[in-house]
Amino acid sequence: MLKITDLVKRYGTGEPVLKGLDLTVEGTTVVAVIGSSGAGKSTLLRCINRLVEPTSGSIELNGMELTKLRGTDLRMARRRIGMVFQGFNLVDRLTVMENVQSGRLGYISTWAAITRRYPREDVARAYELMERVGIAQYADTRADALSGGERQRVGVVRALMQRPEILLADEPTASLDPRTSEAIMGLMRDLASELDLPVIINIHNVVEAKEYTDRIVGMRYGRIIFDDQPSALDEDAMEAIYAGSPAADRATLGTAEADAA
Amino acid sequence: MTSALHPETWARFTLRQRLARYGILLACGLAVAWALGSIDVIWAWVWDSPLQIGDLFGRMVPPDTTNLRSILWILLETVNIATISTALSVVLAIPVAWLAAQNVTPNRATLWLGRLILVSSRSVNTIIWALLFVAIFGPGIVAGIVAITFRSIGFVGKLLGEAIEEIDRRPVEALEATGASKAAIIVYAIVPQVMPTLAAVSILRWDINLRESTVLGLVGAGGIGIVLQGAIDTFRWQEAATVLLCILALVIVGEVVSAWLRRRIL
Amino acid sequence: MSKAASSKGGRRDTWHRPPLIANPLLRWGLRLAVAVYVVWALSTMPIDWARAAEGLTRAGRIFGGAFPPSFERSGLLIDGFLESLRIALLATVVGVALSIPIAFMAARNIAPTPIYWLGRAIVVVARSFHPVIVAIVFVKAVGFGPFAGVLTLVVYSIGFVAKMLAERIEEIDFGQVEAMRAAGAPTLSTLFYAIFPQILPRQIGLTIYQLDSNLRASAVVGIVGAGGIGSTLANAFGRYEYDFALAITIVIVAAILVTEAASGWIRTRI
Repeated sequence: MLKITDLVKRYGTGEPVLKGLDLTVEGTTVVAVIGSSGAGKSTLLRCINRLVEPTSGSIELNGMELTKLRGTDLRMARRRIGMVFQGFNLVDRLTVMENVQSGRLGYISTWAAITRRYPREDVARAYELMERVGIAQYADTRADALSGGERQRVGVVRALMQRPEILLADEPTASLDPRTSEAIMGLMRDLASELDLPVIINIHNVVEAKEYTDRIVGMRYGRIIFDDQPSALDEDAMEAIYAGSPAADRATLGTAEADAA
Repeated sequence: MTSALHPETWARFTLRQRLARYGILLACGLAVAWALGSIDVIWAWVWDSPLQIGDLFGRMVPPDTTNLRSILWILLETVNIATISTALSVVLAIPVAWLAAQNVTPNRATLWLGRLILVSSRSVNTIIWALLFVAIFGPGIVAGIVAITFRSIGFVGKLLGEAIEEIDRRPVEALEATGASKAAIIVYAIVPQVMPTLAAVSILRWDINLRESTVLGLVGAGGIGIVLQGAIDTFRWQEAATVLLCILALVIVGEVVSAWLRRRIL
Repeated sequence: MSKAASSKGGRRDTWHRPPLIANPLLRWGLRLAVAVYVVWALSTMPIDWARAAEGLTRAGRIFGGAFPPSFERSGLLIDGFLESLRIALLATVVGVALSIPIAFMAARNIAPTPIYWLGRAIVVVARSFHPVIVAIVFVKAVGFGPFAGVLTLVVYSIGFVAKMLAERIEEIDFGQVEAMRAAGAPTLSTLFYAIFPQILPRQIGLTIYQLDSNLRASAVVGIVGAGGIGSTLANAFGRYEYDFALAITIVIVAAILVTEAASGWIRTRI
C-alpha cells in the first residue's frame, strides 16, 4: 500500500508545484493520473522514488517511510519501486538482456554486474517476462535496434525484474503511436493483475486512461481535484481539470494561497 | 527605368560593414608588414634559398640503403614507443577525464584539479616534455615514453571528459530509480556511452604519437630521431634520405591503419 | 548466441553477451597476438632502470633549481616571443596562400585525375613529417634563424589547411557551379561566385586556427635552431638555467592559452 500525506514540493521560493497532496493506493489496482502540463503529475511520481526531493510531507510504502531515507537505505527502498519512462531510458548500446538485467543491479554484486554473470534465477525470469511481453527474440540485440513500442516493453520488463511492490509509469506512451500506445497500456493492465501489483500511470490521453485503468486521479495546478472511477469522469470534471491556465488560477485562488500559507 | 523607390546602386555591405572589413584587412596587412620588416633574416639569403634547397635535395638522391636493416629496427622501436605511451596515457587519462567532467566530478576542487592537469599536459609540447625528462631520466627511451605519455593524457583526457559531459542522462536516471549502486550505474549507463569515443580518440592519438615519436631522438629521448640527426650532422645526406622515406612510409601506413580501425568502431 | 536450454525441463537460465568478434579463432588469436606483442615490446626496449630510478632525485634537483622562475632576462624572453610571433604570422600568410591552389589540386571534384594525385601527394608529404624534422632539414638548407622556421611552418600549414580545404571543396554544392556554367560564365567568375562563397567561412576559420597552431609550433621548431622562443628555451636547458627555462615555459603556456581562447572566440563570431 502506498500512502501519501500532505506532500509539498517547492522549487526555490516560488509557488509550490505540489500543494499538500493526499493519495492512497492499495491492492491490485491501476491508477491513472491525469492533468494538464504543469499540473505536477511527473513531480508527484518522481517524489515517490525520490528522483525529486519532496519539500515536506510523508510517503509511506507498505509501512516504510520513504522521505527520510538516505544512502544505502534509499537504494534498498528504490529496489521495491519500479519505474517506466516516457523516453524509455534504456542504455542504447547494450543488449536487451543487459538492459533488462539492469533492473536487478540493486540486488546483484557489482562484480557480477561488470562481468555480466547474472544469477540463473534472474536469467530464467528475464526470459519468462520477455516471452510474456513478446521480445524474447531480441535478447541479444542492441537496444537501439528496436522500435519504440519494443523498447518500452524492454523498459517494462526491466522494471518488473526488480520484483517491485509498486510500478510507476511516467507518460509511458507519450512517445508511441496510438496503436502501440494502447498495446502498452493493455500490457500494463494485464501484468498488474497477473503479478498482483499496484500501478500508477501518468497519462495525458484521457480516452486510454478511462479504458485501461480502474481509478482516475485528476490533478490541477499541484492539487488533486478528482479521485474516482473512470465512469465518473464526465464533462464537468474534465473542465475542472483541464480548462483555464495557471495565471487564471493564481488570479482566482490567489487570496486562498495567502491565507493557507 | 529608375523610380524614386529603387536606388541606382547596390552594395552588398553597408558602409559601416565595409569600413569594418577594410579595417580588419588593414590591421592584418600592418601585422604582416611589421613581421616582414622586423624579422631577423638576411634577405640575400632568402632569395638564394631555392638554389640551396634544390642543392640539398639533389644531394639526397639516390637514397642510400646500406643501413636499412638497422634503420627499420629502430623504426620498430619508435612504433613501440608510440604504442606503449598511448596505452599508458589512455589508462591514466580515464581518471583525470572523470575528474574534469562537470557532471560526475565529486566537487569543485576535483573539477579544477582535473582541468588543470589536462590543460598543462596539452599546453606543453611533447618536445619540451622530452627535454625535461631527458634531464631527469637521462637520454634514452624512458624519457621519450614518459614525455609522450604526459602529452597524450591531456589530449585523450579532454576529449573523453567532453564525451562524459555529453552523455544522455536518461539511462542514468532510470538506473538510479532501480536502486543500483553508483559503481553499477557508471558501468551500465556511462561506460557504454563513452566507449566508442574513447576507442576512436585513442586510435587517433596513437596515429599522432607515431609522428611525435619520430622526433624524440633529436633531443635524446630515443627512437629514430637520433639516427636522422646523426646522418644529417655527418652530412650523409643519402642515408638521411632513406630515413626520411622510411618515416614517410611509417606515417602513411599508420594513418591508413588508424583510419580503418576508426571506421570499424563506428 | 545465448546458450541452449539447461537440463531443467527446457528452461533457459544462462546467458552470455555476444562477443565483439564473433569468430572465436580470430578473437583468441588477437588476444594472443596482443599479449605476445606487449611482452616482446617491453623486453626489447633498452631501459636503463638504474638511471631511471636516479631520476627522482634528479627531478628534485631540477625542480628545486627551477623555482622560483627567473624573469631577469625578460628582454631575451620578449625578443624570442616576438620572433615566434613574426614567424607564425608570415608562415600563416604564405602557407594559407599556397594552400588554396594546392587544395583545389587535391579536390577530386575539381581537379583532373593526375593533378589530383599530385595534389594529394603534396598534402600527404607535408603532413607526414613532424615539423621538427622539417625544421632540421631547412636549417641545413638555408641556415639557422627564423627563415628556416617560416619555411617549416609553411609546410606545416599546407599539410593541415590544404587537406581541410580540399575536403570542404569536395563537399560543395556543385549545383551552384553548374548554374554559373550554364549561364555561360567564364571559369574565373564561376570560381568567385559559386565556389569561393561556399568555402570562405571554412577558409577563415582554418586560417585563424592555423595561426594559433603555428604560434605553438614556432615555439618548438626553435629548439632545433629555427628561431623564435624555442631557441631561447633550448639554450636555457643547455646551460642548466632551469629557472629561466621555467619562466620561458610559463610564458609559452600562457601564450598558448590566450591564443587558443582568442582563436576559439573569433571563430564563433565568424
